[in-house]
Amino acid sequence: MNLHAIRAIYTFEMNRALRTLLQSVVSPILSTSLYFVVFGAAIGSRIETVEGVSYGAFIVPGLIMLSVLVQSVSAASFGIFAPKYSGAIYELLSAPASFIEVTAGYVLAAATRSLVIGLIILGTSFLFIDITILHPFWMIGFLMLTCLSFALFGFIIGIWARNFEQLQLVPMLIVTPLVFLGGSFYSITMLPPVWQTITLFNPVVYLVSGFRWAFFGAADVSVGWSVLAIAGFTLVCLAVIAWIFRTGYRLRK
Amino acid sequence: MADIVSVRDVQKTYDSGFQALKTVSLDIREGEVLALLGPNGAGKTTLISLICGIARLTGGTITVGGHDVVTDYRATRRLIGLVPQELHLDPFEKVINAMRFTRGLFGFPQDDALIEKVLRRLALWEKRDSRIIELSGGMKRRVLIAKALAHSPRILFLDEPSAGVDVELRKDMWRIVDELKKDGVTIILTTHYIEEAEAIADRIAVIDKGEIKLIQEKAELMRQMGRKQMIIELQQPVDAVPDTLAPYGLELGEGGTLVYSYDTRGERTGITKLLSDISAAGLTLRDVQTHQSSLEDIFVDLVQGDAQ
Repeated sequence: MNLHAIRAIYTFEMNRALRTLLQSVVSPILSTSLYFVVFGAAIGSRIETVEGVSYGAFIVPGLIMLSVLVQSVSAASFGIFAPKYSGAIYELLSAPASFIEVTAGYVLAAATRSLVIGLIILGTSFLFIDITILHPFWMIGFLMLTCLSFALFGFIIGIWARNFEQLQLVPMLIVTPLVFLGGSFYSITMLPPVWQTITLFNPVVYLVSGFRWAFFGAADVSVGWSVLAIAGFTLVCLAVIAWIFRTGYRLRK
Repeated sequence: MADIVSVRDVQKTYDSGFQALKTVSLDIREGEVLALLGPNGAGKTTLISLICGIARLTGGTITVGGHDVVTDYRATRRLIGLVPQELHLDPFEKVINAMRFTRGLFGFPQDDALIEKVLRRLALWEKRDSRIIELSGGMKRRVLIAKALAHSPRILFLDEPSAGVDVELRKDMWRIVDELKKDGVTIILTTHYIEEAEAIADRIAVIDKGEIKLIQEKAELMRQMGRKQMIIELQQPVDAVPDTLAPYGLELGEGGTLVYSYDTRGERTGITKLLSDISAAGLTLRDVQTHQSSLEDIFVDLVQGDAQ
């Protein structure tokens, strides 16, 4: 195992994140604060409670998920896309590092970055709303698994993308709508029955639901399903990456 | 010298169907400087990419230091440093961090003393904290070399090291190659600058259309294939070669001169007899110059000869 390689890629990626600290940290804090002001204070004051918690508190897990999913995908996808685009990928391909080590370096860095952002948003929410986290260890566990699985997904997108447009396409057109429609800002029980059934095909529903359970003890779907959904999604991503590395898809000519 | 790289019946066809290498076999000796000479699109970069593991083999085998590049890639790649043709660098990274990244990637713990030594050798030490985007093109190329040397490779590939660099930097690059050779590093450089191969290579391989046309010691190659020409300037320029000199195969040169081509390998060059026959033909010598054919002439002959 080439641990030096994993560390080198991880350090390189974390340095890149630190270089763009303003964009990485300040931007999610600002957007979350705006969400709290608009949804929590303005609109939330007209809504009594959802599943027994105030609306402002109810949206916290969804807001964290929204940022964490988008950040995991974009950090990991850009991480591997950048050397592909600049040509510096030659170094990764000619290094004595296996694809597992290369993936680990990029994915761990992207996951760390989004985990930190998730925790910062959680910290910010404490400034606006009183929240008690019922199952803190499950909350951290869900958060970490989500960061990792979506960083894996982002890594696949980064290898697949041939240009910047394709790189933006998936986060913009797939991830964000899935998060918004995945019960981030509402309980899916608020939807008409047909839409409740359709929503169950959205994997993000399971993430948000499980995460919200860790906070408030109430969930749209059972926690077991949520854990299975995240684990399943991670396994699918790992299988795709294994295939990419075996075939050299869009990496090795 | 033992062989450090062995390329056996290697073929490469890209997914597009383009056959970049037909069947190539080549042995590279430890400690030598080998120049891979060939026109654009000849297959030079493909061959390097296959040895370094950037491209996949279609057929054949390659061993580096006795290890197979596919089945034992960790061992082979640790031995190799690669300086690519293009300036492939992260523009926002600091020079020293870029080097540390490469060293780690190649599986070595950080060694600040070695990094300082390499950066000093390449006159980059003062620029170690500069971001790559702030450097000139020549400096960026040095950074690429520094990165390739970050893990002290035994084999260094330089892909078109002089493409787009000024004369001063090119000479500097040759000096670095010479120093590395003295350290025992095997160097393989691709180039289409004949002058470069002529200046620094021990052996020369000519590659064209995916095939190795020739591989030979540079000096031997030039001796074997080198023609020498003698340009004879006369007091009274001539407009035709006199009949009595016909056996010498003289050609008419510029300004009414006579041009005599001869083989340097021959026991007798025929010069003495030619000069006395010129005198016997009633011509008076004004000046005599000789010209040794360069590697460029040899290369053009080989590639053109193949095309015909």
